[in-house]
Amino acid sequence: MTTQTRGSTLSVDWLRCDGHGVCAELAPEIITLDDWGYPIVHHEVNAATERVARKAVELCPALALRLSPPR
Amino acid sequence: MIALDLSWLTQGAALWYLNRATGLVVLVLFTLVVVGGILATSRRTPPWWPRFGTVSLHRTLSLLALALLVVHIVTAVFDKFVDLTWMDTVVPFASSYRPFWLGLGTLAFDLFLAVLVTSLLRFRIGPTAWRSVHLLAYAAWPIAVVHGLGTGTDASTLPVLALTFGCVGLVAVAAAWRVTTVPIPLAARVALFAVVALLPLWLSGWVRLGPLDPSWAQQAQHAIWNASILSTGAPHG
Amino acid sequence: MADRPVHQAFATDARDRPPADSPRLLAGIRPDRPLGLAEHVAVHGALPAVRSRRSSLSANSRRSQHPVVAELAASGLTGRGGAGFPFARKLAAVAEASPRPAVVVNVAESEPAAMKDAVLATRSPHLILDGAEVVARVLGAREVIVWTHRGAEQVSSALQRAIGERPDAGLRWQIVAGPDRYVAGEASAVVRHLSGGPAKPTTSPPRVDQRGVDGKPTLLSNAETYAQVALIVRHGAAWFRQVGTADEPGTILVTLAGSVRSAGVVEVPFGTRLGDLLTAHGGTSEPVDAVLVGGYAGRWLPWSTAADLRLSREAFRAAGAELGVGLMAFLPARRCGLAETARLTRWLAGESAGQCGPCLNGLPSMANALDHLVRAGDVRTPPLIRRWAGQVRGRGACHHPDGVAGLVTSALEVFSGAVDAHVMDDSCAGCREPAVFAVPQHGVLTEASWR
Repeated sequence: MTTQTRGSTLSVDWLRCDGHGVCAELAPEIITLDDWGYPIVHHEVNAATERVARKAVELCPALALRLSPPR
Repeated sequence: MIALDLSWLTQGAALWYLNRATGLVVLVLFTLVVVGGILATSRRTPPWWPRFGTVSLHRTLSLLALALLVVHIVTAVFDKFVDLTWMDTVVPFASSYRPFWLGLGTLAFDLFLAVLVTSLLRFRIGPTAWRSVHLLAYAAWPIAVVHGLGTGTDASTLPVLALTFGCVGLVAVAAAWRVTTVPIPLAARVALFAVVALLPLWLSGWVRLGPLDPSWAQQAQHAIWNASILSTGAPHG
Repeated sequence: MADRPVHQAFATDARDRPPADSPRLLAGIRPDRPLGLAEHVAVHGALPAVRSRRSSLSANSRRSQHPVVAELAASGLTGRGGAGFPFARKLAAVAEASPRPAVVVNVAESEPAAMKDAVLATRSPHLILDGAEVVARVLGAREVIVWTHRGAEQVSSALQRAIGERPDAGLRWQIVAGPDRYVAGEASAVVRHLSGGPAKPTTSPPRVDQRGVDGKPTLLSNAETYAQVALIVRHGAAWFRQVGTADEPGTILVTLAGSVRSAGVVEVPFGTRLGDLLTAHGGTSEPVDAVLVGGYAGRWLPWSTAADLRLSREAFRAAGAELGVGLMAFLPARRCGLAETARLTRWLAGESAGQCGPCLNGLPSMANALDHLVRAGDVRTPPLIRRWAGQVRGRGACHHPDGVAGLVTSALEVFSGAVDAHVMDDSCAGCREPAVFAVPQHGVLTEASWR
């Protein structure tokens, strides 16, 4: 699932995601967990949330998050 | 020109004490790193458990452990009591002092370096390669423990033993818990559980027969005595 | 095979072309056996010669400007495997990609109730093979892989026999039987299996037409699509466009299942009104309230409104459904739609590849909730089902969860009367009726079933 914005797109690689939930804890403004512990990316990644989005990408134990540059 | 006489540093016991101290601290740190790593990827922790804090702490502690490990290694090389070369810091089992037990430490360091480097490059090598190398941490840690017990001249003292077995107990419990959730066939899981449970038992048995044997430390002490006599011409305590 | 030079391929005399209202894909088929090569040529005419890319000395850009590609673009042919992607564009993309692409014909038909690819393969296999041959020549491919699934012996043997009949065209034909799983026929899953892995979908990038089988750019299309190519190459884009609509030209194979007088595969032009389609083929065999369209992981529509729906991707989408592989499964009014949906959902949940959390967890959750609704009439279940359907949509490596989400939400809508009845009173006569739509029984499924 991807959420597009003025620049970056935060997307989840479903083949890698194992539902650790680190991302949702770190960036609750943009990521919440579904009923089974997997991330739902809600809001756009804007200037305010860019930093925390990057941190989420960094810390994901499964390397399942990707922050892509603007298309 | 003022010549700074640092011979007191290398010939005194300062480096040796620093080496032993950092060795113990690094043992504790790596214990926390391993347990933290297990907790960081577990999905069975309660909802209030700080997940990103655990991951973050795991990485911070491993870097701190690295820093102190470097001190531990450098003090060993510079210390005159034991004759270690820079080669011995990365090539295991080639040293003149206690080659096997020290070599284990070198091996553990090599494995840790592999884990560290692959972690820094994890986005390039992909999750499968990264994870497989990362599993080597489960080998590096016990090797480091055995290194500590085998080379440590004060392994026979109660505080050090207590600390070591405290760490072993912690990792054993955490690893056993992890084994119950790892997605491999039941037979393999049972075998792995047995290994994790038996390792501390074997360790305690070995310690009693090995490092705790009165002649063990003496052998090491002997080596130190000889080294110190050769360097200063006088025996050192 | 060729007795007409290529520049005449699309310029057949209007008198020679089949009339607009006659069957095209299903022309001349026999009820009991496949058409042999000679019979096939007698019905459709010989396959025109197509200039091979290998013989062309031109650069990259010329390959996608092959006259066949241009004709296919003019025809407006879209894929018949469910996605409806413009075929010429796919062909051009692979043509531009590299010297030796792979060509894969998907005849696996993972949709249990659909039979269109099986009918084509067992009644007019040469049409499929003609299309694949044309595409292979345009791309300069030396090999065509025909992808089917284990257990479809009739399809494999019919295709094998047909391949044996054909003269050597410098092509190597390979029939590969993959796992008989619902999502194993998805393009990336097929490619993954052909490259040595399990037949489970992967995420793109890279896309199959860029990096497919063994890393080669791969053109993978449905068997029916290739069959349409074989016709367009013979009779031209203008002929192809004589039926259907301006946006969706040509014919499509539709599978009628359930409570219909003549269940089976029929060929109809796009734009046909569903009610007319059904009437032309005998109508229903008993009163019908709802129809499941697209596939098992499709959508329920009330027949009263669906009868006026036109057979077109756009029209279906506007009605909140997907045309998919053209399945129309009619549910008799006597049978409880919720119970039927619960059965289908349970089966579809078991068909998850198990790679993505939302699907692996969400589908069984919905299946459990539906079972609970059907058996216990628990009033809490409909909002839960809707919630979970919303949570699995779009969150996976493939569209399987989306399909199931569509199935269950449309069921709650279309069978809202049944929902109320179940909630208020446990007994439902429709639940005691036997199940209508068959699902394959696999037995115990392990990871090995994906290889």
